[in-house]
Amino acid sequence: MHLSVWTYEGPPHVGAMRVATAMQGLHYVLHAPQGDTYADLLFTMIERQGRRPPVTYTTFQARDLGGDTAELFKRSAQAAYERFRPEAILVGASCTAELIQDDPGGLARALGLPVPVVAVELPSYSKRENWGAAETFYQLVRAFAQPRSTPRGSPRCNILGPTALGFRHRDDLREVIALLERLGVAVNVVAPLGARPADLARLGEADFNVVLYPEVANTAAAWLKRQFGQPSTTTVPIGVAATRAFAAEVAQLAGLPAAMLDEAEARSPWYARSVDSNYLNGKRVFVFGDATHALAAARVATVEFGFTLAGLGSYSREFGREIRQAAEQHGVAPLLTEDYLEVEAAIAECQPDLVLGTQMERHIAKRLGIPCAVISAPVHVQDFPARHSPQMGFEGANVLFDTWVHPLMMGLEEHLLGMFREDFEFHAEAAPSHLPQAAAPATGLWTAEAEKELTKIPFFVRGKARRNTERYAAERGIQPITLEALYEAKAHHAR
Amino acid sequence: MSSAGILPRAAAPLAALPQVLAERGQREVFCGLTGIIWLHRKMQDAFFLVVGSRTCAHLLQSAAGVMIFAEPRFATAILEERDLAGMADANEELDKVVGRLLARRPEIRLLFLVGSCPSEVIKLDLGRAAQRLNQRHAPAVRVLNWSGSGIETTFTQGEDACLAALVPAMPKLAAGAAPTLLVVGALAEAVEDQLRRLFAALGIGAVQFLPPRRAAELPAVGPRSVFLLAQPFLAATAQALEQRGARRLPAPFPLGAEGTTAWLRAAADAFFVDQRRFAEVTAAAEQRARHALDGFRERLAGKRVFLFPDSQLEVPLARFLSRELGMQLVEVGTPYLHRQHLAEELALLPPGTRLVEGQDVDAQLDRCRAARPDITVCGLGLANPLEAEGLTTKWSIELCFTPIQGYEQAADLAELFTRPLVRRSRLES
Ligand code: SF4
Ligand code: SF4
Repeated sequence: MHLSVWTYEGPPHVGAMRVATAMQGLHYVLHAPQGDTYADLLFTMIERQGRRPPVTYTTFQARDLGGDTAELFKRSAQAAYERFRPEAILVGASCTAELIQDDPGGLARALGLPVPVVAVELPSYSKRENWGAAETFYQLVRAFAQPRSTPRGSPRCNILGPTALGFRHRDDLREVIALLERLGVAVNVVAPLGARPADLARLGEADFNVVLYPEVANTAAAWLKRQFGQPSTTTVPIGVAATRAFAAEVAQLAGLPAAMLDEAEARSPWYARSVDSNYLNGKRVFVFGDATHALAAARVATVEFGFTLAGLGSYSREFGREIRQAAEQHGVAPLLTEDYLEVEAAIAECQPDLVLGTQMERHIAKRLGIPCAVISAPVHVQDFPARHSPQMGFEGANVLFDTWVHPLMMGLEEHLLGMFREDFEFHAEAAPSHLPQAAAPATGLWTAEAEKELTKIPFFVRGKARRNTERYAAERGIQPITLEALYEAKAHHAR
Repeated sequence: MSSAGILPRAAAPLAALPQVLAERGQREVFCGLTGIIWLHRKMQDAFFLVVGSRTCAHLLQSAAGVMIFAEPRFATAILEERDLAGMADANEELDKVVGRLLARRPEIRLLFLVGSCPSEVIKLDLGRAAQRLNQRHAPAVRVLNWSGSGIETTFTQGEDACLAALVPAMPKLAAGAAPTLLVVGALAEAVEDQLRRLFAALGIGAVQFLPPRRAAELPAVGPRSVFLLAQPFLAATAQALEQRGARRLPAPFPLGAEGTTAWLRAAADAFFVDQRRFAEVTAAAEQRARHALDGFRERLAGKRVFLFPDSQLEVPLARFLSRELGMQLVEVGTPYLHRQHLAEELALLPPGTRLVEGQDVDAQLDRCRAARPDITVCGLGLANPLEAEGLTTKWSIELCFTPIQGYEQAADLAELFTRPLVRRSRLES
């Protein structure tokens, strides 16, 4: 039993829903109580989908238990088939149905429906959403994929991993398809997003697979490799360097000569070299997210934008090894946890200049008054912008530059604030318009004189100065904090 | 004066019931855990610990929508494989989790252990757990339990279960005490304050609210208590109060000007407030509310409304929409119809209203599409897909989060229904 305040991932059947909802011609019959229908709103409200997820819930009640839940499941599956006429049916159980052990797969097959039935068993009490998505996708691929039936021609690949409710999957996909096109590689099937079961059957016709989101696609890609000998890409094209490496990897897998990509649209490398970006030097960044996005963010933040990595973590325990390796490279301690409170404590302790995290970290950062950009699921309605806003490819790197640098002070603004601190517009309480003000704690800790001095420190470091000084004073039993102590602490922390 | 000092009041005759279609099929409603979202804001020193699965935790955070609070006053003790396989004793684990939680949150005075589908299916006895933990943590913390499981409760029934769990903990009203009025059901604080002023003006002094804002302020109850339900979904709570000797005052619910007056009148009659005084206190406020509704009535009269089952507020809402705003009721769905508590409401519905209890969501969607109502009241899962099909919708969950009861809120309630129509006409013009 563990105590959870907020969770980074939903239960595994929500992962299955992300796959089913991404696809066409597939219907998911889920053995679950009525409350579990909340999951529909993730798709209709957060992602703003204009159709209901293709999910039928059996919504069994207490009075059905012990008696007729199996019968109810069969009725629901039959009715769902008749109403929606899908090309295939996916069946499974949510956490409660898992306990009553009705065997949805066996029951659905016993109905003798004229379409294939794929059963997924998702252990709700040990696994989570991304695992559920990966397992579901794998089971579907296994059920439908056929070996190659046409001779090898010009290079073609599959794109694996994008789902419904994915963080910028829609936009990444557009970028990556365009990139592949420029490289001269045709796209055979994209799955699960937009694929029909019949499309999964054609997976074997590709020469190789592009794994966009390893959390979702790795299991299926490994099976396709074993089964059909299809290799996969291992580079996720987030950032300019990774996009180049991805292009080289694709060219190699496709048997094409390494080609120079047209990088005209890649503005972020130049922006990062523009003189005003000098102030980005060494800004301390705390990164937390799913493994794919956290690893990419750590790389881009340091190598491409010149930040310093101050913390790295992920809730994707399945990728613990990769996270640990990257953390070691950057000389920080890896944080592998799904406990929101632990992440909050780590950020508070770290006092970074910028947090790159999920919506959860956005809330933490807001409270601590630290700038933040969102880089990963769990998603929020804001993570489905109306505009094209990819993370991958050159355009994706441009988006990263904008969204990560914008929350920080622009260089000139920083200067002006430092120089004209007493000016009525740049007064000590001024803050960048987009940042919430962290409430200054009420204190009797400080002498009036020291408190006054504190207001002369620009707001964007004031919170940090306050906390550092208070910690310094507490450790040494200094009370109240005098002007002297303030500058002692400053000198101490400058070392 | 009757022995209790309060006048018994005849309930509306049940024979007046309109035809009710019972439907069974897929339901598209939240479970009772959802009530925690507003209850934890209401009772400020209470903490809600759901004993459930990752799904339960995910429901709470998805229904809460935004995660505004650093550490909200609710959390989930997520059952894991070890607890189910008997490798760990679930009770011992729970005690540990509670111990850590209380150490971390010393301001908690009342802890609810909230049951879920998984805890019920594995027969984890949270009643016994609450007793055990009560002994350990008394007197600093009181531990109570209720279930918000989806196999037992639908959406607002969670609040019912929670309030019912509070009833045995209420102190006993002294035998010689003056008769008191209990207002039952979570209301916004502004609404509570308005109602308090109205009752005071009527001369009904001893008015208390359940749930109270703080756990320590649980009102007393006994045979000299009468109660008014402020919400239509409180079947178990009413029963528990009746077991403590309190008597329910049958009344419509305080939605709209008419509903509010009828609701207040039930209390006034029980406390022998004379007609003149009642009129003096309520007439101006009722008039103001009716006046405020005029503009909305102009917009909404004749519009056809379809209500999907969700919160059990549907019947009182339908009464308000049809009688005070002149809307036409295409279908009124409700997850559960409490025939006795809603008798006064049902009597006010236009004859021939199509009432549907329970749900078969696909069949209901078919009916809704066929009827093409001007406005559809439904849950969050259905709203955008229906909008995409060209229907105008109002999400019903907002009705649970917004102050809508009483005179001053009548127009706000009407505005909730006009807003989507105004939006559509703005965008189309
Ligand atoms: S329906 Fe049951 S399992 Fe689902 S969230 Fe509600 S209590 Fe938890
Ligand atoms: S709001 Fe202020 S700090 Fe933010 S980008 Fe604009 S000018 Fe810079």
